[in-house]
Formats: sequence, structure tokens, C-alpha cells
Amino acid sequence: MNSALLRMIAGRLASAALLLLLVAAVTFALIHAAPGGPFASDRAVSAEVEAALNAQYRLDQPLPAQFFAYLGQALQGNFGPSYRYPGRTVSELIIAGLPATLELACYALLLALLIGIVAGSLAARRPGSAADQLSMGLALLGICLPAFVLGPLLVLVFGVYLEWLPVSGWGELAGDKWLPTVTLAAGYCAYIARLTRAGLCQQLSQPYIITARSKGLSELAIIVHHALRGALLPVVAYLGPACAGLIAGSFVVETIFQIPGIGRFYIQAAFNRDYTLIMALTLFFAALIIFFNLLADLVALWLDPRQREALS
Amino acid sequence: MLLYRAQRCAAVLAIVALLGACSPAERRADLGSEQGVLHWGNASEPQSLDPHIANGVPEQKILSALFEGLVGKDPQTLAPIPAGASHWQVSDDGLRYRFFLRPQARWSNGDAVTAEDYRWAWWRALQPQLGNPFATLLFVIAGAQQYWQQQHGDFDQVGIRVLDRLTLEVELAHPSEHFLQLLDMPTLYPLHRASIERHGNPSARASRWTHPGNLVSNGPFRLRQWQINRRITVEKNPHYWEAQSVALNQIVFYPTENITTEERLFRAGQLHYSYDVPVDKLRYYQRYHPEQLSLAPYLGSYFYRFNTRRPELADARVRRALAMAIDRQLITEQVLRAGQLPAFAMTPPNTAGYYPPATAPQQLRFDPAAARALLAAAGYPNGEGLPSLEILYNTQEEHRKVAVAIQQMWKQHLNVDATLHNQEWKVYLDTERRGDYQIARASWIGDYVDARNFLEIWLCASDNNRTGWCDPEFDRILLEALPRANSTAQRHQLLQQAEQRLLDGLPLLPIYTYTSKHLIHPDLRGYSANLLNQPLFKRLWLQPHNELGDE
Repeated sequence: MNSALLRMIAGRLASAALLLLLVAAVTFALIHAAPGGPFASDRAVSAEVEAALNAQYRLDQPLPAQFFAYLGQALQGNFGPSYRYPGRTVSELIIAGLPATLELACYALLLALLIGIVAGSLAARRPGSAADQLSMGLALLGICLPAFVLGPLLVLVFGVYLEWLPVSGWGELAGDKWLPTVTLAAGYCAYIARLTRAGLCQQLSQPYIITARSKGLSELAIIVHHALRGALLPVVAYLGPACAGLIAGSFVVETIFQIPGIGRFYIQAAFNRDYTLIMALTLFFAALIIFFNLLADLVALWLDPRQREALS
Repeated sequence: MLLYRAQRCAAVLAIVALLGACSPAERRADLGSEQGVLHWGNASEPQSLDPHIANGVPEQKILSALFEGLVGKDPQTLAPIPAGASHWQVSDDGLRYRFFLRPQARWSNGDAVTAEDYRWAWWRALQPQLGNPFATLLFVIAGAQQYWQQQHGDFDQVGIRVLDRLTLEVELAHPSEHFLQLLDMPTLYPLHRASIERHGNPSARASRWTHPGNLVSNGPFRLRQWQINRRITVEKNPHYWEAQSVALNQIVFYPTENITTEERLFRAGQLHYSYDVPVDKLRYYQRYHPEQLSLAPYLGSYFYRFNTRRPELADARVRRALAMAIDRQLITEQVLRAGQLPAFAMTPPNTAGYYPPATAPQQLRFDPAAARALLAAAGYPNGEGLPSLEILYNTQEEHRKVAVAIQQMWKQHLNVDATLHNQEWKVYLDTERRGDYQIARASWIGDYVDARNFLEIWLCASDNNRTGWCDPEFDRILLEALPRANSTAQRHQLLQQAEQRLLDGLPLLPIYTYTSKHLIHPDLRGYSANLLNQPLFKRLWLQPHNELGDE
């Protein structure tokens, strides 16, 4: 069993390496195919300056040579200097932005789990009741409302009119983490609520619940102690892609709330044609998605004996 | 049971924590006013704080707080005022400038600022591997252009001489009225050689000398903190020669890319100054808080380029017809609404006393009948036979609105069809540079207050021309006659002649002259709007008052 598991992990890691190589090649080709270079600006730079800059960043070499030179460096952990911010390396920029992005993703995940599971449980208690319809209606709204609509809306209500919370920033003023967290969590929270409700509805009709009820346990105890454990399996499976999505997908929220995370760098890098920064961040996000998917599969394997048997 | 209680307690605590955070948000600007900390919206994360690499306006603002050139600018009139140099002398032929440095001027580490610091900095500015976008500004100095083009490798042949520790002499290639203005630009700031060389090759772009703790500057402020994409904090430089009259203790620059967010920050009392104002908020401020809104003329022209290499636009009559069929006043008053001035020439009026030819507004007046006649004379009566035109612009709401208005005017008055094509900024730059367009939105912001800066982009060989238009006589006036002008009046006359030729050839469609738009906190004092939109930070102060006066 263990060797089968190890073989599976090794196989997945090998395909992950191939996938990352492919992502690197495609990204490299795409960014170089996009018109306009990193040093293009409204006022023309003289031919001498352009030549000097291209030579300094090896942009005067043929593309395959540039690509393999980049790969060679990247494998040694050197992702090169940023073209847009001379004096800063790409790794330095990512390290500067990562804490805010990770923190935002963590808070959003916790909030989404907390509210999603509670709302889903309330809804599942009496399917079809007002509580069910209200929470599922809100969940639908949460899924449908994109962050770029919800974010400014929350800012207007809680930041500008009520003046309860700061309108932007991260860790600078008391309470400035609330609005971005809520904005990012909303969609995930809604999805988790629906998954919880569906799982719980299924569990609550199982014979062991009827047994529990006949023993006189309260409804709350039945849900918390018995039904929820089985009902949350789909939620756990969803957490892998959700984590990757929260980290890689926070760029809209980071832009709205001026959060100094890597998502904002990603957008700026694309506009600035900061080739090295785009490459490194794309590879980082790709690796993250691959990692969380692998993790989700391993957790599912751990939770589900049938999958373990199939593997061995 | 115990578990339930713990859960309930946790829920109650969570709600309390949530409510606790929901007390009225702290107003950073009010606190700043009391502590002398200015909170400044600064548009974007600076590319670099190296004066020879940074080329954007936001970078320039921070650098002007950190460094000081030989000569500064009066914040109202922009007239030259003593700065790093206490005074200067100009030779009778206008070619030789002698600057006398302040003996008490110090770097932020306490070292004395010497004439050699300027000379070395200007040597560095001319190193091509640094990619200095403004190196051309130094070409006014004798021998600098030849050195840059590597016709000679001897920097001693460039007209910059250190006469003694505190005296610097500069010899110009030709008399220049704007030379003193250039001395206030980052490319001509002095640099602290030892601190730069400590971080490796001084001509390498990737040097870390500009990081906090490394950067040594000679201005009223010094770098304290740089949190990427978050803020840059500068603090009063105790070694500055005029430190006792600098009122602010700190300035915090925020990269407020999103102007809607920036406006919300201002409204929530988090900023003293906004870099820009969203167009759709202008009416609100004009009506309810006119005292917080600053609208002022800005030295910049908004225009369209005509690609004269295209057969349909090769005839100047067609271009003139298109220019006469647009109602600029309607565009500035109904579409833009921020006090922009309708433009009928390339150079903004009253650029250091220069006015474009007086006939320009008449030449390009809004006159649909005359425009139709011109179009008919060019062989397109009632617009028939003229291929559909395409207006290229970089994606931005304001550009779209102007383009839509112009599209409608051409259709209504000339029966000419135009389509709109927006592209992302770098794609648009590439398309324009390749000449793959018919009509393209463009703008030019003056580096310094001089009409030549606006006209020289239309020289045949200029990389900024991009229209295919080339007039040898225009080139001759700017390149040969102008440097020989011996009076301001004669100079203005020559500039007018050149501009007249430009308006006759018409490779451009002038639309409006810019205004700068800012929101200013009532506590911020000493601020005066000027043509270059350039504040003098050492003259600003904060006066706390309890009433913000908002809704």
C-alpha cells in the first residue's frame, strides 16, 4: 500500500515538473508575442538607450537562448532582476508581497468555512423553510456577485457612508482587513454553504440519524456530533482547489483595496511587460495549484477507504 | 454540554471582536495634521528612486523631496530661485554659467555637497548603459551630445568644470533660455558618489544604492522607509541647509493607482492630497466642496496624430476639414468638465510668455461649412469616397468619451464614418510606433516651460513625431535659426514661425490643453498650483483644524 502511494506521488510530481515546464514555455512565448516591450514608453527612448537596455537584460539574444538561460537560472532559484523595478530582484518582490496575499487567503478561507458551514447547517435543518430559502438565496447572491462589484459596494456602505471601516489598505488601520476578507470570502462562503446543505440533507435522512433522534438527542447535537462529519466530506474535497483559488485569485480584491500582495504585482507586471516577474509569478501560481490539487487528492485518499483499495 | 457553552462563548466573542473593529475609522489625515505628517496620493509604485532611471511624474515628486538641484523653481511663478547654489553668474553671450554653491549645504549623512558631486552626477547621467531617458536634457551643455554618442570618450571635453570646491562652471553648446529650469530636474541633481560606489558599478541599473539605509540625498527630506506597493516615507533631513524652515516632519507617499479608491481614501480622511480626481466626481466637489478641489492649467496638450503616410490622410485639406469639424468647446465643457481649455495649436498658451500664432484659433475654428468645402475640394464632396477612418486610443474611459464625441461630430458635419479602436497601453504604443494607424490619440506634457519642448517632437528625425510629416523649413527654424536668436522677442517670433508651419502642415489635431485635478485637504497649507504641477515640499505645512467640513 505504502509503495503504491509513493509511486502515485512520484508519478504526480514527475508530471507536475513536465507541466511546469510547459507552462514556462507557453508563458514565455506569449509574453514575447505580446506587442510592446518592457522599456516602451510614450516618449521614445533613443536607439542608443534601447540597445544598451536590451543588451543589459539579454533581450538582444534569440528567444530560445533567452528561454534556456532563464530556465537554467530559475532552476538554481534565481528568477532574475525585475525589468520594471531595477535594483529589485523578482524573488525579493514576491517575498515582499506574499505575506499579505497568504494572510488574506487564510482569513477569507476561515471566514468562508465559518459562515458557510453555519449557514448550510441552518438551511439543512428544515429544507424549504424560510431560513433555508434565505440562506440559500444569499448563497446564490454570493456566488453571482463578482468581487469587483461586491468590493466597491461594501466600501461605499461600510467605509464611506457609515465610516465604520477603512476603505483600503492592509494592516495599517484598525479593521482594514475586514472588507477585503469579506469580499474575497463571499463566493467561497456561498459555495461551502451549498455543499454543506447538500451533504447534510443527505446525511439527515440516513438510518443512524433516525436512531439518534429516537434516542432523544437534540437536533443541534445530532447535526454537530453525527451528521456534520459525514456531510463535510465534499467541503474538504473542495478545500484544495479553494485554497489555490484564494491565493491565485485575490488579485481583484488586492487591486480594489490597494493591498500590497503578489496579485497586484501580477497585474502590474502584465501591464509593464515585466517579463521576469510575469514568468516567476505564473510558475508560482501554477505550482501552487498543482500542489493543492495533489494535497486534496491525498486527503481524499486518506478519508475514503474505497479509493485506497483501488490504488493498491 | 460544556462544549456547547464554549462554542456559544466563542461566537459571542467573535461578534464582540467584529463590533470592536467597527468603531468609527481613524482619520489618518487628521492625525497627520497634528504630527506634521503629510499623506500624499502618488499614483503608482515608483519604478526606482535613482534620478537617472526614474522617468515618471510620481517618481519625480518623491525625488524632488529627497534631492535638490543647483537652482529651484518658485512654486507659483516657476521662476528660478536659488537652491543648491546661493547665486550664479551668466556671461554676456549667455554661454557660460558660474554657480556658487552654499558652503553650508550637506548630504543627509553630513558630508558637504561639493561642485564635484554635480560633475560626477552629470557624468553618470550620460552613461548609456544606465538607460537614462532624460539624458538628452544635458545636450544643451557643450560636448555632452558628442560624449553621449561616443564620438569622444573624454568627459573633460564636456563643458562642465569644477573651479573650486564650491564653484561649478557650465559652458553651453548654444544660449538657452530654459537651461536654469533644467537644473531642477532629477537628471541634473547632484549624487553622493561614495555611497553609490559602495553598492557596485555606478552605471549598473540593478544597484541597491537607492534602498532605505543606503540612499544619501541632499534635499529637505531623506528616505526613511520603502514598503513595496504600500508606502514610501521620507522624513525631515536634519542636515539640510534650510532645515529650520522645513515645517513637515514626514511625507508618506502612497501608490494610489486606482483613482476611484484614491478619491474614497480622501473622502474617508486618509489623504491630504489626491493625485487625480475621477471625472464623474468633479461635479460633486464643484457643488459641495469647491474648497477641496484644485483645478489648474497644466502644461500639457491633448491631440490626435494624423498618419500622413496613409493616402486618405495625405492631403492636408482632409486633415484641416477634420480639424474644423470638431467643436472643442463642447468637448471641454460637456464631456470633460474640468476646466480644460480648447486648443488650436500644439503649444499651450502663455508657455513662459510664448503664445502660439494669433491666427491659430481662426485657422482651426469650428466651422462645418468651411470644413465641408475643404473636404469637397480634396475630392470627397459630402464625405463620399473617403474611406472609413479609425481612431486609435489607449484604453481609458476619458479617451473613449472624447473619441465618441469626435466620431459623432465628423459623422454629423462631414458625413465621414469613423470607428473607434482601443488598445492596452503598450500595444497602443507599439501600434503607433510602427505607424500602423490612421488617427491616434496622443498627448505631450512639458518637461520644462518652453515652447521648443512642444515643437521639437515634430522634427523630421524625432522618434516622437510618428506621423510621417516632415517639413525641412520647420527643422531649419528650430535647429539652426532658433539657437542663434539673441533676444526673447526674436526667439518667440521664430517659435511662432515654426508653429505656423506646423499648423499649415497639420499632422496633428489639437483638442485641448490639460488641467491638473487634485483634492486638497483643508489642513494643507502653502500649496499653490502651477503649470508644471510641481509642489515645493519644503514650503508646505499642515495646520490642524477640527472641522473637516464634509457631509
